Amino acid sequence: MKRNKKVVLTATALSLSAILAACGGDEEKNTASTGDGEKELNLLIPSEPPSLHPQLASDTTSGAIIESAFEGLTTMVDGEPVLAAAKDYVVSDDLLTYTFTLRDAQWSNGDNVTAQDFEYAWKWALNPENASEYSTILYPIKGAESYNTGAGTAEEVGVKAIDEKTLEVTLNAPTPYFLELTAFKTFFPINKANAEANPTWYAEADSYVGNGAYTLATWNHSGDIVLEKSETYWDAKNVNIDTVNIAMVESETTQMTMYDAGEVDYLGAPYGSISLDAIDRLKSEDKLNVSNQAGIYWYKFNTKDPVMQNENIRKALALAIDREGLIKNIVKGEQEPALGMVPNSVDGFSEDDGYFKDADYEQAKKYLDAGLKELGIASAADLEVKVSYNTSEAHSAIAQFIQQGWTDKLGISVKLDNAEWQVYLDKISNGDFQIGRLGWGADYNDAYSFLEMYNSAANGNNQTGWSSDEYTKLLNESVVETDPTKRTEKLLAAEAVIMDDMPVAPIYYNTNLFIESDSIENMVPDALGNINLKYVDVK
Amino acid sequence: MLNFILKRLVYIVIAMYLIITATFFLMQLAPGSPFASERELPPAIEEQLNAKYGLDNPWYIQYKDYLLDTITFDFGESMKYKGRSTNDIISESFPVSLALGIEAMILAIGLGILLGVISALYHNKWPDYLSTIIAILGISVPSFILAGLLQYYLSFRAGWFPVSGWKGFSYTLLPAIAIAVTHAGFIAKLTRSSMLEQNNSEYVKLARAKGLGKWKIVFKHSLRNALLPVVTYLGPLFAGVITGSFVIEQIFAVPGLGRHFVTSITNRDYTVIMGTTVFYSLILLVAVLIVDILYSVIDPRIKLKGAKK
Repeated sequence: MKRNKKVVLTATALSLSAILAACGGDEEKNTASTGDGEKELNLLIPSEPPSLHPQLASDTTSGAIIESAFEGLTTMVDGEPVLAAAKDYVVSDDLLTYTFTLRDAQWSNGDNVTAQDFEYAWKWALNPENASEYSTILYPIKGAESYNTGAGTAEEVGVKAIDEKTLEVTLNAPTPYFLELTAFKTFFPINKANAEANPTWYAEADSYVGNGAYTLATWNHSGDIVLEKSETYWDAKNVNIDTVNIAMVESETTQMTMYDAGEVDYLGAPYGSISLDAIDRLKSEDKLNVSNQAGIYWYKFNTKDPVMQNENIRKALALAIDREGLIKNIVKGEQEPALGMVPNSVDGFSEDDGYFKDADYEQAKKYLDAGLKELGIASAADLEVKVSYNTSEAHSAIAQFIQQGWTDKLGISVKLDNAEWQVYLDKISNGDFQIGRLGWGADYNDAYSFLEMYNSAANGNNQTGWSSDEYTKLLNESVVETDPTKRTEKLLAAEAVIMDDMPVAPIYYNTNLFIESDSIENMVPDALGNINLKYVDVK
Repeated sequence: MLNFILKRLVYIVIAMYLIITATFFLMQLAPGSPFASERELPPAIEEQLNAKYGLDNPWYIQYKDYLLDTITFDFGESMKYKGRSTNDIISESFPVSLALGIEAMILAIGLGILLGVISALYHNKWPDYLSTIIAILGISVPSFILAGLLQYYLSFRAGWFPVSGWKGFSYTLLPAIAIAVTHAGFIAKLTRSSMLEQNNSEYVKLARAKGLGKWKIVFKHSLRNALLPVVTYLGPLFAGVITGSFVIEQIFAVPGLGRHFVTSITNRDYTVIMGTTVFYSLILLVAVLIVDILYSVIDPRIKLKGAKK
């Protein structure tokens, strides 16, 4: 009996004391601070990074951390590649061979960064056994594709450490954006000795060795990551922040509350996203920041579908979208209406006004009538199309907006087909769709990144099933063209070809949305959505 | 007793086998691949990944491998989190869910019993109405709404707690309260009705006649018997709270097992799905067994089926 009484009393006392303790709790507020000379920055990411191995990571969350812990031969500053781990490079006259000279630099464990580390890392990514998901980005290197697909050998790959400080890279074709590629995570080096001694070196903080501006000091899985300024980094004197705390918070509401409560200093791209619900408030408070992004949101037409095979129907649908209205009322992130394939933020490419008029219902009607006639359909009311998208508030709202437009202005009926992410991906890659939502963000800021996927119907990212000999020819010519002006002309001509056939309805060019506390300086995502924390400062 | 336990252990093994098999085949049937992304993988790379994780084997080989892995409690490497084993994920995240769950349980039991006893003692008087209203509110307000309210008022407005994270005791209280309140409501209702029943029984009447005080009767006599329905509720409650609440862990960014249990399914992370399912099932089955054993400890009148007399 007594024991029971004790249990109840203890439980009651515990619960009351917990509540009382709760009421008295006080937590210090985390804000970007310069207190006691230490500069801190507090960030959020939405989830545990799937991999912090530069050659295994394929997502932006992992990428954002890897880019602070590692450094490639070059790094991107204001959208341009500048020398980083390399102090110099020479290009051969045929633009096929790059010889890089490395600067004197150390890994976070004190070892020297060598050309062998670069050769090792790149070949590691290409080794089929390692199944690196981003290995294809190395394909401009000679012999890379054949080694990666099992046809060639590692010795045939065109990357070679001549000595400790000299790295020679041979390419298949002149690749004007190659120096931009060397700033990409798959091109980062790995400390060969560390990786060989411990194959899962990248899974825990204590075995993690990088050559970047920050070291991975703590990694509480699914909890938080702490980056600290690297003392061994060659340019440590120009790194401003001492500690970067990165908490993993999935809920967008919690993220916003943390920002409002002053627990974090920055919210948005590339670390996460700003929720649609918060955008109006942030705009009214004049807090929302926007920067251009080399990314596009588009609807792809499955040209193997009997209706979508018809060019006039595709054009009718693409023209009858009110992009301005969609951006103003639904997505609200100051995106730009996409009237072509390549975002205007891609350097020196698109200066025209696009290939068609936004919300051109009159012209769309004409295309529709022609299409219906060709298909033998009596009236627009008899035509039903289906729009597929994956579960998300934004995709659903966009689809409904477009559905409304097509129904009102063209008089056709539109069905919406929503599926969970993995199911959706399955459907799209199996061609089980009529019109499907997809997006594309460039890995390098070049028009080729947006046009290349349509070079053949077999390309996995060209889910439309569309191909054109003329288009493929122009793209292939652009690859070997050494004159930059002529190359751009070829790519523009290719863009005109695909826009004339319209296997894709471009909708809008993406923007990076972010909010940040007033004390932060130099923290703006570039066109590829990256932020180099090395240059960030707090007042 | 021993017979009963042995028999139940055999049932647990059979149940586990059925759960593992059902999970395996459901995973096979679900569309989608752990390696799918908006950016299509080149077929050669996808083949390499499938080969690495044995997904290119026929289903019966994969099934056999899964069974063998499960027997040895080695679920292999996560397909989403590179270089991390499923066992690492469980062993790192389970203690977090366990700590949060125990805290929530203590709060739920303490508050629930307190409210229930007050209700029963002041039957049809204002403390009864007040306790009942609190209990009903606790049951009817969804935990994620409560979590949001707690976060807004106690963290953001009052600044008493951190909004989210898991770095110390102060981080645990709001999620524990959010989990506990619904359960506290149920326990309060169970305790109240059970106590009222006891109050009309002969032995309580006798105790009153002997002149024992109100509270003395509660703690010395009626509460022990009234707790039986509460104990029934504790088994599933224990299994539920210690394996983590997905929604609460998500809202408060708690690095617990509940999030992995759910997100591994959306990620099609087969090894983690299997590992967490086996782990969760085992805890649930064992918790139910323990509750059954506890019955006989609390109330000797209840005999375990199959137990020796």
